[in-house]
Amino acid sequence: MLPNKAGYFRNFGGKYVPETLMAALKELEAEYAKAKRDPKFRDELNGYLKDFAGRPTPLYFARRLTEKLNGAKIYLKREDLLHTGAHKINNTLGQLLLAKRMGKKRIIAETGAGQHGVATATAAALFGCECVVYMGEEDIRRQALNVFRMRLLGAKVVPVASGSKTLKDAINETLRDWVTNIRTTHYVLGSVVGPHPYPMMVRDFQLVIGKETRRQILKLEGKLPKYLVACVGGGSNSIGLFYPFFRDKKVGFIGVEAGGLGLSSSKHAASLLKGEIGILHGSKSYVLQNKDGQIDVTHSVSAGLDYPGVGPEHSYYKQIKRARYIAVNDKEALLGFKVLSETEGMIPALEPAHAVSHVLKLAPRLRKSDIIIICLSGRGDKDIDIVKDAIR
Amino acid sequence: MNRIKKTFNRLKREKKKAFIVYLTAGFPSLSETERIVPELEKAGADIIEIGVPFSDPMADGLTIQKSSEMSLKKGTTLKKILKTVRNIRRKSEIPIVLMSYLNPVYCYGMKDFVKEAAGCGVDGVIFPDLPPEEAAEIERRTKGKDFYIIFLASPTSTSGRLKLIARHSKGFIYYVSLTGITGARDRISPHIATNIRKIRRITDKPVCVGFGISTEKQARLVSKAADGVIVGSAVIDVINKNRGKKTLVKEVGKFASRLAKAVHNE
Repeated sequence: MLPNKAGYFRNFGGKYVPETLMAALKELEAEYAKAKRDPKFRDELNGYLKDFAGRPTPLYFARRLTEKLNGAKIYLKREDLLHTGAHKINNTLGQLLLAKRMGKKRIIAETGAGQHGVATATAAALFGCECVVYMGEEDIRRQALNVFRMRLLGAKVVPVASGSKTLKDAINETLRDWVTNIRTTHYVLGSVVGPHPYPMMVRDFQLVIGKETRRQILKLEGKLPKYLVACVGGGSNSIGLFYPFFRDKKVGFIGVEAGGLGLSSSKHAASLLKGEIGILHGSKSYVLQNKDGQIDVTHSVSAGLDYPGVGPEHSYYKQIKRARYIAVNDKEALLGFKVLSETEGMIPALEPAHAVSHVLKLAPRLRKSDIIIICLSGRGDKDIDIVKDAIR
Repeated sequence: MNRIKKTFNRLKREKKKAFIVYLTAGFPSLSETERIVPELEKAGADIIEIGVPFSDPMADGLTIQKSSEMSLKKGTTLKKILKTVRNIRRKSEIPIVLMSYLNPVYCYGMKDFVKEAAGCGVDGVIFPDLPPEEAAEIERRTKGKDFYIIFLASPTSTSGRLKLIARHSKGFIYYVSLTGITGARDRISPHIATNIRKIRRITDKPVCVGFGISTEKQARLVSKAADGVIVGSAVIDVINKNRGKKTLVKEVGKFASRLAKAVHNE
């Protein structure tokens, strides 16, 4: 079972953090291990996932998209239908229940697109906790709607002006807050990145996506899909979908990274395709960096994928070739956005629009008996302004 | 013998505490770093910490974030910093440790780093994001070499962790005075002395205290309990204020000499 005790997925992961955080990480690890075995914790979490978040989410047959592409049968895992509009709530409900167990009443989080910030603010409101969300100034500008939502939910949104003013800098700032307020505060990290136990714990909270999907597709089709396709920024929705199929060797995993303005430009966020192994935000994984080990400034039309690192478990999947990673650029993602809106009546977030866009190319090459499942990780309300500008 | 060890032996004989100064390498330029270090030695500094700038300094406050960013913009790299240390070594035998986030060193290659840093006259390295649990590789590279890895302890370290840190740390233990990031503060933590006593029960290695110490008064107070006092952001603030002036090196020296007197109880 991976990760091992030290938090490694073979060569990737670990705990590269300031000493001040070590005791808190150990506490979190111990508390999470206890909670995982506690039926009361599981029941409580499942209760909230069902009645508050709206699980299980449907696995929807995309009939018109399938007809249009005239190839494999396409299903959509509808995480976009969850409360708050994305899969992020699966993780924040779990972590807030943990924070409650640890007696920590102050919650901090980073956010890129704002979906994790909204999901954290929502869960914090639900449990009556103080909530502070760090967000890069650039992201505040491009995801203004989510900033307003967080504030409505009672969270304090702190703009981050350092570095590239996006997700990686928001994580730096949240870590700085955590080091300072470690005794009273729980850091709700939003993806399968960071030091152990986060990559494992966030995966565990997200694998409900894949578990449901596996059950649903077997019921609907009586067989497993040929491919699972999901976008990868830090990689939480994709790991959540992939992991329960890990032993189903015939099911292919395709992770779609943000190609930005193209992989040959320096303006993209394809850490697995173009990065080198390095240490960022507490773990060893693929990182976009220059030859001196300085972290690159990334670019993607989607704020949620605009990150120079990636979860260590994805690096492991790449190493053992369990998953294939490809990139979709901004323009192609916008096409995916448009096509799904018009053919299925679903406006996707720009992040899963990357996955949709890849399927536009993949599906026609497959047999009609093949099945592709896309993780529709979030809805696109937050992206309307960006898309409006991009189309213009 | 490692220069750090030699220095602590001397300080022990003189019944003095170590005054340690942190500088961001290449701020405002590497040639100025090269001139500031000997001036700091003259001013009474016992050990110099040279900070390797990193794009994502998660343990640092605004002062060091900004100085790092400016240094990187000027093209500072680990390789150039090592060359600067080599130049300083022509004039000075003051112990020099690098303080670097792990990634620039990891990217350089641990083996090459230890070999070349030691060859340039670096005495050791401090990684703010490397706990002893993850240090096996770099420690293996320093085996048989007179090159120290210095580990940090913090107010949240349990006694089990303090033992682990004391066992791994060479030269001295870097005690982080507070739960927080680097940067000047009005007040220092009232628990420093108590926490140092806790470490002393575990080890007889020197304990030096850093983070948040910026004034003579604070330095004097901390030096009563610790074996050394580390000042960083306050010195960088002085460098920043005198940036572009001919008097830069002198002003930094003046500021440092006041702090040195406080630490040395003169």
